[in-house]
Amino acid sequence: MGERFASVEAAGSRLREVDYLSDSSIAGAVFLADRLGKPILVEGPAGVGKTELAKAVAQATGARLIRLQCYEGLDESKAIYEWNYKKQLLRIQADREHERDWETVESDIFSESFLLTRPLLEAIRADDPVVLLIDEVDRVEIETEALLLEVLSDFQVSIPELGTIEGRQIPLVFLTSNNTRELSEALKRRCLFLHIDYPDIEREKEIVRVRVPEVDSALAGQIAKVVNSIRNLDLKKSPSISETIDWARTLVFLGRNEITPETLGDTLHVLLKYQSDIAKARKELGVDAPAVVKK
Amino acid sequence: MRSGRAEVTVLPAEPHMLDVLQGFVHELRTAGLPVSMTENLDAMRAVEYVPIDDREAFKAALGATLVKNAGHYRVFETVFEVFFSMFSPGVNEEGELELDADAQANFDELRAAMDQGGAMSQVSNEELAQMLLDALMRMDQNEMRMLAGAAVARFAGMEPGRPVGGAYYLYRTLRQLDADGLVNKMMARAQESDQIGDGAFDERLAREDFEGRLKVLKEMIEAEIRRRLVADRGVDAMARTLRKPLPEDVDFMHASRDEMQLLQRAIYPLTRALAARLAQRRRHRRQGHLDFRQTVRHSMSYGGVPVEPRFKRPRPSKPEIMVVADISGSVASFARFTLQFVYAMQSEFSKVRSWVFIDGIDEVTRFFDESQELGEAIQRVNTEADVVWVDGHSDYGHAFEVWHERHIREVTKKSSVILLGDARNNYHASQAWTVAEMQKRARKVFWLDPEPRGYWDTGDSIVSEYAPYCDGVYEVRNLRQLQKFVADVVEA
Repeated sequence: MGERFASVEAAGSRLREVDYLSDSSIAGAVFLADRLGKPILVEGPAGVGKTELAKAVAQATGARLIRLQCYEGLDESKAIYEWNYKKQLLRIQADREHERDWETVESDIFSESFLLTRPLLEAIRADDPVVLLIDEVDRVEIETEALLLEVLSDFQVSIPELGTIEGRQIPLVFLTSNNTRELSEALKRRCLFLHIDYPDIEREKEIVRVRVPEVDSALAGQIAKVVNSIRNLDLKKSPSISETIDWARTLVFLGRNEITPETLGDTLHVLLKYQSDIAKARKELGVDAPAVVKK
Repeated sequence: MRSGRAEVTVLPAEPHMLDVLQGFVHELRTAGLPVSMTENLDAMRAVEYVPIDDREAFKAALGATLVKNAGHYRVFETVFEVFFSMFSPGVNEEGELELDADAQANFDELRAAMDQGGAMSQVSNEELAQMLLDALMRMDQNEMRMLAGAAVARFAGMEPGRPVGGAYYLYRTLRQLDADGLVNKMMARAQESDQIGDGAFDERLAREDFEGRLKVLKEMIEAEIRRRLVADRGVDAMARTLRKPLPEDVDFMHASRDEMQLLQRAIYPLTRALAARLAQRRRHRRQGHLDFRQTVRHSMSYGGVPVEPRFKRPRPSKPEIMVVADISGSVASFARFTLQFVYAMQSEFSKVRSWVFIDGIDEVTRFFDESQELGEAIQRVNTEADVVWVDGHSDYGHAFEVWHERHIREVTKKSSVILLGDARNNYHASQAWTVAEMQKRARKVFWLDPEPRGYWDTGDSIVSEYAPYCDGVYEVRNLRQLQKFVADVVEA
């Protein structure tokens, strides 16, 4: 349907241009989502670049990013649309003096100027190209998920007072999930599925080089290897890509161009957030704790 | 009839491709993946846009349309290899190989060697090993794939029609290549050229890197063997041989070591998902009692008429769980998973206590409380718990009797007792009355049996002697069943 990307490679290289390093499965899924006009459900551990992917695609295609952040208790009025009832009340009161008949009033107050559009409706009605990001969809209740279905499969919204509003385009839609609960079959069926995992050493090295250009090739390689090694440990929370990047920035800031056990020991807290994980990594990698100055 | 035939020939899509795709989807379904009609159609549309020439992209396209659960991806990969390894020969060689003339010559030679089964080639085994090492050092995936093919042709000793599994060929090839020594050779190479520093830390990093590379090579070799096996025996036969259960369907009692690791990894996200679901459901269930005070108070705004009754917020009590598990050899892995599962779910229970037994019984709650992580706790349970009384053969009767004597007073209406075991009692006395006592005092008593229902009460199994005193006897042989059971317990 869409023709935003000429081929899978083209998708990959366009993402590369906006500093997002994809691999064949990411580029493949993005390309296919465009061609089939289907949303992508992106799943994977925290901090592997799920949200980042949507942003990168928006940037690469020159589209506006519309984001719907999900949370428990999200409902129609926050996700799709809401009538601006205060404004409606004012209008009714103002109309009283003119003694208009009810039907005129009704058609008046249920017109578009009284409609508050929320992200989903906004994405549907947009004239300019948009990318819709529905972030952390696993946080909404199963009942709310059903709300998304109409939007995702037909790209339309039914508003009882106005009728059905159909999309003027089929935008790329990304749903992200941290997999805290199993999403409904119906939702999964409507989406393409993309699982993003931690990158391999080569790709992570490239990511570091792209995102932190001050780091030279050798250091980037070392960073990727150390992070990979830490991920192999059995930890509560493995370092994410964003933490790798933070770490690379820290090293640059500290002016280190080589990772020694001491450097790692001093900066391990950038990569790992649990005390028990840090202790374990120290033990396993043979890295000493930073020297504590005794009084 | 005749016209129908004519139509077939004018079909625009390659019918052959679609046929293969249908077989592929059928096999996925047989393996347990829930592939719906819509997804099937999506896949058919997807292959129109992504031609098979680009194998990685083609695989990604099928994966994105057909597999909606990351845990199922491994099964998908295996089936994919079987079905599509044959489909586009030449892809491996095609790629964008940028080789100098020298390497190209080597390649041609190798390809010739592959075609002839390797015997006539001028490349000696040493040269092959050398080239492989070079490729590994450069991590040149294309060349590695070629060499893996050559190595399989030469070392695996595959003969058409020989009823041997892929594992045997893999073993032969790896042994001939001295796979275990390769990492050391790479280390030596890297040290010679000063690529790694001196410290133990640098060495460790380099070693892990090389081990990773070796793993990639092994996968390539495996893929090549699979390709050849498929060529020899046909797609359907291979699909059947290689069919693997989904992680949630792997039988605890017969899991291989790889599958065990997979299960281990699957347990944590599963429990997290389950805990989140249960917590959500509990919060949203409205079944609180009438709040009299609130109702009267609220009625003031209606002039004293209780128009809107008010209810107390439901405050569901979390159950206290007591697990008594048989850890004798026959059911050890099952007990381990169940304990792990229960402890990982701790947020859903107010208190978890556990005992393990063979013919003696010992409380192991402390191991879980003291240990930072489950693996360590399980390790301590296996090594430190005092569970042998006489001969180290399961004696449910004695274990239950001792438990009854020591702990029966601690069982309250809040506690659920979960008994784990196959009830193979080695013909000892059952002492089923102890279980009856438990049931009298506890909220619920459950029995989990890891054996298939058909085996119950055969031989020395005496499940039915205990069953009358249990509120439920469940067959729990895989994660799916275990998950369902826990959901039942928490909701009950």
